[in-house]
Amino acid sequence: MSVHAAVEAVWRIESGRLVAQLARVTGDVGLAEELAQDALVAALEQWPSRGIPDDPGPWLMAVARHKAVDGFRRRATFHRKMAEIGRETPAWVDLDEPDLDDHIGDDLLRLILTACHPAVAVEGQVALVLKTLGGLSTAEIARAFLVPEPTVAQRIVRAKRALRGVEFTVPAPVDRLPAALKIVYLIFNEGYAATAGDDWMRPSLCQEALRLGRLLAGLVPGAAEVHGLVALMELQASRTAARTDADGAPVLLPDQDRRRWDRLLIRRGLASLARAEEISAVGPYTLQAAIAACHARALHPEETDWERIAALYRVLVHVQPSPIVELNRAVAVGMATGPLSGLAVVEPLAASLDGYALFHAVRGDLLERLGRDAEARAAFGRAAALTRNERERALFTARAS
Amino acid sequence: MRYLVLLKASRASTPPPPDLMAAIMKLGEDATRSGALVDTAGLLPSAAGATVTLHDGKIDVTDGPFAEAKEMISYAIYDVRAKEEAVEWTNRFMKLHRDLWPSWAGEAVVLQVM
Repeated sequence: MSVHAAVEAVWRIESGRLVAQLARVTGDVGLAEELAQDALVAALEQWPSRGIPDDPGPWLMAVARHKAVDGFRRRATFHRKMAEIGRETPAWVDLDEPDLDDHIGDDLLRLILTACHPAVAVEGQVALVLKTLGGLSTAEIARAFLVPEPTVAQRIVRAKRALRGVEFTVPAPVDRLPAALKIVYLIFNEGYAATAGDDWMRPSLCQEALRLGRLLAGLVPGAAEVHGLVALMELQASRTAARTDADGAPVLLPDQDRRRWDRLLIRRGLASLARAEEISAVGPYTLQAAIAACHARALHPEETDWERIAALYRVLVHVQPSPIVELNRAVAVGMATGPLSGLAVVEPLAASLDGYALFHAVRGDLLERLGRDAEARAAFGRAAALTRNERERALFTARAS
Repeated sequence: MRYLVLLKASRASTPPPPDLMAAIMKLGEDATRSGALVDTAGLLPSAAGATVTLHDGKIDVTDGPFAEAKEMISYAIYDVRAKEEAVEWTNRFMKLHRDLWPSWAGEAVVLQVM
């Protein structure tokens, strides 16, 4: 086993905790991230010859701490900086306190919520969360999002600059939790339904988002929507293997081989959904998870409880009014009561969704089932022209002819 | 990537020290919170299990215990980015045994799930 890979594995496990603790003692997320990177460089230099220490977390923390002291001294602003953050002595003299671990949950939560500060652009939030909490390198983030590495580096620099004046507050600003959930789901969706490029899915991003979601669920166990989001992601991710065929082309839900669905993820998703519903069943993520659960419970497509799905969409439209949700409801209604009822829900959406590929695809499907083939082909043609995903275009083009 | 870790050891004559059990629970909590550990459980002695064999077209069911010198003690399933991460979590698990139950010896097999 390569030592380098082993060091990186330790890094990915420790990164979030390390940056979170450093952010607490320095009060600055950007500085914390840089100190953590210094510690990683030291580990990559020293561990290959000396071996990985028994307790790598405290080792990395000690190195980062020394780097911080060195840096402050070099700039001759050590005492001023200490005064600025309202301490006479550096907080890290307390770092050996036995209950350090008691703070770690708070620190991690604060780190996520601070990274999702509205002063930071969304792509900056995404990059910063993946870098600090996920322990991903700039190059890995760039690969995952199909953008050049300098672009990601720039996003992180800007994010850290935007956060410079932002206090690493105590207690964690939990009112920012919805923003954090949004970022996690955005990362998931970027992987689940790649918006651009040749691949229909980038599963590594889905897995990062899932890990972040599970982490958040442990940090804020009383928030229904955190469990709802985790449930939604676990249930959607359970279909990953069945969503593409051998050539990488997309396979839609009704055509998927459900024996390839991941039973472990389904079990975990249903458990998370139950936890969410115990607290509150009406959050948008929880409702979407409940819908995904209806599919997960059906071993064959014909066992799907479409009436329940249509009812859940009706609640979801109330909670989160959106033409996209209404479009999904149309699909469910089309399955529950027939294509004509589905079409009745779809048609009023033309004004708001005319530029949206899936609107035309859903409409085309309903028309096809009604035997209105010429109209159906025209609709799929529109869908093919509108999508930016190559795999999706092939699918729509095939149904347009 | 998903990894199955199977822990094998001779059945100990004494129960594991309470400190070890507490440390294992703590490690399990850390690994679960970080999103890496997605399933784990201990396994009862093979006396409670059975083997089903197929040989020359004949299926045989034999109740435990099995004759192997080592028993399966527990399993864990990790959802991680690389094999090294599953190995690192397993290292930490073994270090706890080394430090808190010095007389214990065993092995953990790390297998990638397809």
